Amino acid sequence: MSEQNQNIVLETKELTIGYSSKKEESIIASNINFDLHKGELIGLVGANGIGKSTLLRTLTKVQPALNGEVLIHSKPIESYNAIDLAKELSLVLTEVVAAKNLTVFELVALGRQPYTNWVGTLSNNDITIINIALTQTNLTDLKHKKCFELSDGQLQKVMIARALAQDTALIILDEPTTHLDMYHKAYVLKLLQKLAKETNKTILFSSHEIDLAIQLCDKMIVMSNDNIVSDTPKNLIKQGAFNDLFPKDLIVFDENTGAFRVKK
Amino acid sequence: MVKVKSYKLSFIALILLLIVFFFVNISLGSVSIPIKEILNSLLGASTNESWQYIIQDYRLPKAITAILVGSGLGISGLLMQTLFKNPLAGPFVLGITSGASLGVAVVIMGSSLFGGVLASFLISEWSIVIAASLGSFLVLLSVLIVSSKVRDTMAILIIGLMFGSITSAVVSVLSYFSSAEELQQYIFWGFGSLGDLQWKELKVFSIIYIIGILFSILSIKGLNTLLLGENYAKSLGLNIKQSRLIIIFATSLLAGTITAFAGPIAFIGLAVPHLTRQIFNTSNHKILLPAVFLFGAILMLICDSIAQLPNTDYTLPINAITSLIGAPVVVWLLVRKRKMVF
Repeated sequence: MSEQNQNIVLETKELTIGYSSKKEESIIASNINFDLHKGELIGLVGANGIGKSTLLRTLTKVQPALNGEVLIHSKPIESYNAIDLAKELSLVLTEVVAAKNLTVFELVALGRQPYTNWVGTLSNNDITIINIALTQTNLTDLKHKKCFELSDGQLQKVMIARALAQDTALIILDEPTTHLDMYHKAYVLKLLQKLAKETNKTILFSSHEIDLAIQLCDKMIVMSNDNIVSDTPKNLIKQGAFNDLFPKDLIVFDENTGAFRVKK
Repeated sequence: MVKVKSYKLSFIALILLLIVFFFVNISLGSVSIPIKEILNSLLGASTNESWQYIIQDYRLPKAITAILVGSGLGISGLLMQTLFKNPLAGPFVLGITSGASLGVAVVIMGSSLFGGVLASFLISEWSIVIAASLGSFLVLLSVLIVSSKVRDTMAILIIGLMFGSITSAVVSVLSYFSSAEELQQYIFWGFGSLGDLQWKELKVFSIIYIIGILFSILSIKGLNTLLLGENYAKSLGLNIKQSRLIIIFATSLLAGTITAFAGPIAFIGLAVPHLTRQIFNTSNHKILLPAVFLFGAILMLICDSIAQLPNTDYTLPINAITSLIGAPVVVWLLVRKRKMVF
């Protein structure tokens, strides 16, 4: 039991997410319970507007939970200060980095910021970690390229490398496959799977690529209108969790292929 | 850290250029003085007393002022461009200089309105500095507050322009109530001048300048993190509010004092960081900050040497020269690199 607890990197307990203003609370989802273990790749799926982003924002302390707790290594997320949290949790966001005149190496090196001194000097250890992150994401050849010279797919890899360089137990990615073509969608998710295995980090991503996620993830979190369930893709299919994901007038989930198809 | 080494040569070249233009600046002026006598005067060993006076009490403080003004404006421009993620940001464009002007206008022209004890306090050189820094700080703060509401970067620039208009409007109102002398004093200040500073004022200037530079150096790491955008910076554990405040402090101290002592000087703050990036092709502020410092100082020395119209009795307003050089540079940059990367 205790050994299993040590493997838990992030867990939520009776979590309620949503927005609160002075007048009222608007609850987006409640009673969220799941735990994420070391070395797992977890896909978060759900329809547009169901609250995936709100959940991710709550898990990353960008916005407070309305109720319940988010625990990282069994400690409530509120108890972490900014620097300590940055050493536990790294992010890959959907927003585009404005300063594209940085080289790939420089951008990845910014991942070391929580560890460097007041002026940001890189130690030899930092440089080693950056180079490892570049190797793990197959970016070594592009090291000295400027970011504006890269394609969207390469840029996404650079952002993942930056998160790796931050050397955290948990990496959270917000829709890492948007704007990418089919090949690169699969490539990025496959890369995440490899990284979770190799580095033993916990990697959570939100995505609309449900069929790819079913094939690659160790665990999935499925958000639908009624509830939020988390389990292995296989069990989720058995439970029929994907059946109610979308309105059924257009597409239906095929349990045999693990993919959605258009109704004829 | 391979990159830092490869820029060493450029840095050495810039430092040498700075020294050269420093001496060129000192040796040029309305009175022609032989080179040998200039060196003697600097060392205090000249036989000609009036030459020694010109060099030590006029040209030397002026050259030092040029260095402080050019480097300070360049650095505050760099800080603004990173903070607002906008290549067109700069102390002049964002209305920070206008804010400082407003502070100075209130001190120079408003002193008669306040009268009495307050007036005598307001006249000291410290008061102009404080008023100018306060003015630029307030404008910068307002621009920042507005920019957090308005996501559009172009809108921020227009807001800066609006602050400029408000300033000139307030100045017109003030000038209506002030005496001809005060008005003249303000107008002359508005032309911009590097040569009006005595050693005593230069001391005050340098103290605040150094504080501003220290704040900028403190913000290097934050600036680099902000290159990723605010959300990433937050996820890297950066205290955004604190870094932003340090950057604003640095900028308003630098831009504020410079405007107080040398008048509103246009385009240096905007143009210098871009010219620097032509040579130092990087976004790393650890390299950019010293490079902008050197570049700004050199450019200002050159502008001042031209403004002197050597060997004539005329001196052009420094503001005209910086605009004549700076504005085309900005247009050229915009045309050549439609998307200015920074």
